[in-house]
Amino acid sequence: MIKFLNFLGRTTTTGFTKLGRGSYFLLDTLAGIGSMALRPRLVVNQIYFVGVLSFLIIVISGLFVGMVLGLQGYYILSDFGAEETLGLMVAASLVRELGPVVTALLFAGRAGSALTAEIGLMKATEQLSGMEMMAIDPIKRIITPRFLAGFIAMPLLAALFSAVGIVGGQLVGTGLLGVDDGAYWSQMQANIDFEDDIVNGVIKSLVFGFVTTWIALFEGYDTVPTSEGVSRATTRTVVNSAFSILGLDFILTALMFGDD
Amino acid sequence: MENRVKQQDNLVSVRNLSFSRGEKKIFDDVSLSIERGKITAIMGPSGTGKTTLLKLIGGQLAPASGSIHVDGLNVHRLKRAELYNLRKRMGMLFQSGALLTDMSVYDNVAFPLREHTHLPESMIRTLVLMKLHAVGLRGARNLMPSELSGGMARRIALARAIALDPMMIMYDEPFTGQDPISMGALVHLIKSLNTTLGLTSIIVSHDVQETLAIADYAYLISEGRIAGQGTPEQIRQSPSEWVQQFITGAADGPVHFHYPAKDYFDDLVSTGRRY
Amino acid sequence: MQHSNTQDTLVGLFVAAGIAGLFFLALQVSNLSTFVEEDTYTVTASFENSGGLKVKSPVSAAGVKIGQVKSISFDPKTYQSVVEMAIYSKYENLPTDTTASVFTAGLLGEQYVNLEPGGSDEYLQDGSKIEITQSAIILEKAIGQFLFKSAEEKAKK
Repeated sequence: MIKFLNFLGRTTTTGFTKLGRGSYFLLDTLAGIGSMALRPRLVVNQIYFVGVLSFLIIVISGLFVGMVLGLQGYYILSDFGAEETLGLMVAASLVRELGPVVTALLFAGRAGSALTAEIGLMKATEQLSGMEMMAIDPIKRIITPRFLAGFIAMPLLAALFSAVGIVGGQLVGTGLLGVDDGAYWSQMQANIDFEDDIVNGVIKSLVFGFVTTWIALFEGYDTVPTSEGVSRATTRTVVNSAFSILGLDFILTALMFGDD
Repeated sequence: MENRVKQQDNLVSVRNLSFSRGEKKIFDDVSLSIERGKITAIMGPSGTGKTTLLKLIGGQLAPASGSIHVDGLNVHRLKRAELYNLRKRMGMLFQSGALLTDMSVYDNVAFPLREHTHLPESMIRTLVLMKLHAVGLRGARNLMPSELSGGMARRIALARAIALDPMMIMYDEPFTGQDPISMGALVHLIKSLNTTLGLTSIIVSHDVQETLAIADYAYLISEGRIAGQGTPEQIRQSPSEWVQQFITGAADGPVHFHYPAKDYFDDLVSTGRRY
Repeated sequence: MQHSNTQDTLVGLFVAAGIAGLFFLALQVSNLSTFVEEDTYTVTASFENSGGLKVKSPVSAAGVKIGQVKSISFDPKTYQSVVEMAIYSKYENLPTDTTASVFTAGLLGEQYVNLEPGGSDEYLQDGSKIEITQSAIILEKAIGQFLFKSAEEKAKK
């Protein structure tokens, strides 16, 4: 029992220590943002790695998720004779929840893990130390551009995911199952609110982008500099990101859509 | 720099340095000086914190007590910007080379120039080619670091370290894992750079013969203390058994072949249970 | 670092695609377009009971959406529900004797305001009030009335 309490205490302390280091790391990262205005190239370069390279997986997943929503939604709604609201259902689920959340989860798996591995390897091969000794701040030069790129790319990816998903739902719903095309769009337009739904969805994906990129970069930066350490850090990135995304999603949803 | 109180002969002076990592004392009240314009070697068995010493000098680690002055500046009292300015005048060659893997050899050498100066690209090109020529690898400029052998990577890293024309270079285990030819090339390079560029060099190594061949002065570190020092000649003549064991590489001596353990016989007849 | 032009182009395309996605969501999926594009004028109507009517519920005439509910408030003097409606300016020739009723789309559908034009030569203008209204049918009330009526008829016999 004592042992257990001891273990619990130690784990909690380590957790808080890590959170503390992570917060300092975040502050350092944010402090570098100003200097990025002078060197937008660095950020553009990274948008390629986190954004463009995630494009395909996001578009394909979005299309399939939308198509599945179209099918499932149709089966349920047709029981109530409400097939016309299919567009609304597909759009609302995508814009409010699935777009930001699934995009963030895929992003953590695709781009987040790659970021952790890249930074971790740079640390293990002394590239970060080397930079420090060349009087170049690795946080400003390496971390901040990647952070900004993640933060910018996430909402764009989420918007693409939702947009493609809605088209996917339409393909299945109106193309395959015979829902009226006009009803699909008009029900959607009548009930999806720009501020409540679209803007809140974008806010969600901004928050997810911030947190996922932070976790990925910090895990890389905080890696034990061995190959085993890097592979563990990569796993931790995906797991911790997933937890944070889902937990934050609950909180954000409660805040945003709580009082309708 | 002109208004410094007294012109010091020592570029780096380490005074009463103590540093520990966890429970383990890496340095215990160590003092040493690095003379300007000379090659100073710091030698000792693996795990004695030689690399740590370089990181302390570079200000990447902070000592528990004691001070380190580089060019008259107390490294650990400097503000961040001042420390960065000091580092621009120090080069460091890492054991692995620490080349940036996502850019070519040329871009690696150009990297500190592009980050710290606003030179036009044509001038950067001239400088980069000069530095690459100095290490004999001007022809390898378009290769990526993954295409280089270990020795080449180190020479490129050396070209990068001298890109900003520093006053000193710290070499971390420059000879480890090199074949005789690239080892010879590196030895020659370190020596000639030191004379032609008027550098101060610190070599951390456990390759005794190569290091003593080019060093002007050497320190031997063991168990957190300085076990011997002097010119290579003095080291070779040293009466200390430990120094003799280290430079000749005898298997047994003051440093025992066996890791501390209890009596061999007792261990064999015991039950094998852990207690 | 050498930056290839293709990489820059791809980043440009990616950002453009993302922004296009956002525009698509804003204009094609949400109701934003109905605010941005259309000019509207406001008319009010008082109902005994506006039922489940909500802000942004549609206002339609002959089954076509011609505007939406802007606000709903309770008038403490008349004890009525005052509904402000934004009507698209292109439908400006609604007669003053138009009837406004609260209907339900389908059995479980949402409620909306239906406008049934009358025969007057004068048209509703910004700030006009629709005088003839018909309240929402409250299901419980309707059932209650039906039962009451049939009981009455039975009693007559």
